[in-house]
Amino acid sequence: MSIEVRSVSKSFGSFLALDDVSLRVGDGELVALLGPSGGGKTSLLRIIAGLEEPDRGTVLFHGEDATRRDARERRVGFVFQHYALFRRMTVFENVAFGLRVKPRGERPSEADVKRRVGELLKLVQLDWLGDRLPSELSGGQRQRVALARALAVEPKVLLLDEPFGSLDARVRQELRRWLRRLHDEIRLTSLFVTHDQEEALEVADRVVLLDRGRVVQDGTPADLFEHPADPFVLDFLGSVNIFHGRVENGRAHLGPLSVAYPDAPHDGALPASGYARPWEIDLSRDLEGVEGFPATVRHVAAAGAVVRLELAPDDGTILKVEISRERFAELAPSPGDRLRVVPRNVRVFLGGPGQG
Amino acid sequence: MSRRRVSPSLLPGFGPALGVTLLFLSLVVLAPLAALLATTLRGTPREFLAAVSTPRVVAAVRLSVLVSLGAAAVSALLGLLLGWVLVRYRFPGRRLLDTLVDLPFALPTAVAGITLTTLYAPTGWLGRPLAALGVPVAFTPLGIGVALVFLGLPFTVRTLQPVLASLDPEVEEAAASLGATRLETFRRVLLPELLPALLTGSTLAFARGLGEYGSVVFISGNMPMRTEIAPLLVMTKLEQYDVAGATALATLLLVASFLLLLVLNRLEAWAARAVR
Repeated sequence: MSIEVRSVSKSFGSFLALDDVSLRVGDGELVALLGPSGGGKTSLLRIIAGLEEPDRGTVLFHGEDATRRDARERRVGFVFQHYALFRRMTVFENVAFGLRVKPRGERPSEADVKRRVGELLKLVQLDWLGDRLPSELSGGQRQRVALARALAVEPKVLLLDEPFGSLDARVRQELRRWLRRLHDEIRLTSLFVTHDQEEALEVADRVVLLDRGRVVQDGTPADLFEHPADPFVLDFLGSVNIFHGRVENGRAHLGPLSVAYPDAPHDGALPASGYARPWEIDLSRDLEGVEGFPATVRHVAAAGAVVRLELAPDDGTILKVEISRERFAELAPSPGDRLRVVPRNVRVFLGGPGQG
Repeated sequence: MSRRRVSPSLLPGFGPALGVTLLFLSLVVLAPLAALLATTLRGTPREFLAAVSTPRVVAAVRLSVLVSLGAAAVSALLGLLLGWVLVRYRFPGRRLLDTLVDLPFALPTAVAGITLTTLYAPTGWLGRPLAALGVPVAFTPLGIGVALVFLGLPFTVRTLQPVLASLDPEVEEAAASLGATRLETFRRVLLPELLPALLTGSTLAFARGLGEYGSVVFISGNMPMRTEIAPLLVMTKLEQYDVAGATALATLLLVASFLLLLVLNRLEAWAARAVR
């Protein structure tokens, strides 16, 4: 079942949490709602689940208006950030809850409940923990119980609020791969909230980036990464070097850097900034070259798949650069060396420092 | 392993602390109770039975126990409601209301009794319309109940409040998104959480009600066989120099309330078992 949100706005007091937000999650899609904390992601998720009412706008399930539908009739599986497990019930009873509270006519028999809960616990790989209490489980296990509990009522869509937010890094990585595999298996329309770009880019089919209550960009992970709509997206999706300057006469003059900028052919100078990812910058021993600019090596971190360097151009800024281990072996830079910095790819956006 | 006892602590060590506790408990609680038992045991069992089985005594004890139980139950319900409102909602005057809850603790019980009596007497502000409806309050067991609820309410509110505050509203939302109605959510999710505190609060309210004297004597009217409570009967017997009868009744009350408290304690422990 698809989810569609049309022009939803919501404010809490004078704080505008959601400002005319629209998005669509297709049938069977796994979409990430990404953004900094306080960006309105959780509010949107709660509105879709019916736990919160929008001030304006509509929520549609499978094309039908569900804005006024009660949370318990939406058939939405909701996984809370802090799991919200029933602490006095065993894992089994937690998962069985949704089945036990079904209206008398639809309520499955005890044998069916047992079978169904058993299947779900097996699906989340916890079938050996059925008679434990939530307090006896680890964070990752609780998270999976919460997921099994949400799936028990056979929801039409699954909403997850920061599903891995309160877990430590290793468990988080493991669990998000597991969630991706699980999604490929059950193909349930899912929307999950996260503030971790890595998580969103790795797990989701599509990422919707939300900032200050507005959708900033909506696209596949590759789309967002390769073609960020604005400096905010660029900055949010990974480490980036910023060069401030201006554009005029078809060129961008950004500190030590000068690149072609055909979008501004006139001679009226406009403030602009250039952005280059650390791995989009090459280094060279050839100090006489015409491209790029010279800089001094400040720091080298050689442990890892790539080698990370910090360089200081002459204007007092600090530059982050990542090069392959092979290139590192060729160049053999050490702190204090003068090198030539050659950005391979610079994205230029109009606007000065602090704008956008 | 014996070194583990020497843990750094603000309070004096185990020995002195236990000693002071026991001494204090003996002086304030155990000694008077022992004296009571000693006085009772001076008579024969037959005399004891005779003293506590007169119709007037039986009626008074029955009234005290039943009304205290009823008042404790009502206090539990009202306390739950009041605690919920105080914990879950933000409204002007909430702090004031929160403070008012403790008032029955501080008010001299006689003042409370006289005020309630004036209010609920057939000529009072509330008593008149209620009497017109055929529900007389003052000078009936219902009146005693009203006084005991007034006194018992703070116990249930104050024991429930911290538990209510510890409940995460998300848990109720989780229940709703799983399809549970409000009633189901209350019955299956909230009530099991609240039951231990509910029982503790009601037990305290019940114990308080059973021994209450000051606020009840005014509103009850003290009619033998009808609205005479057990503590008052103890006083009456003492005033008539029937020390044996008074102590016999007091012992009966003591044993009865001890047994009831024991039962409620077991219930509480049972209800609290699942929480770790």
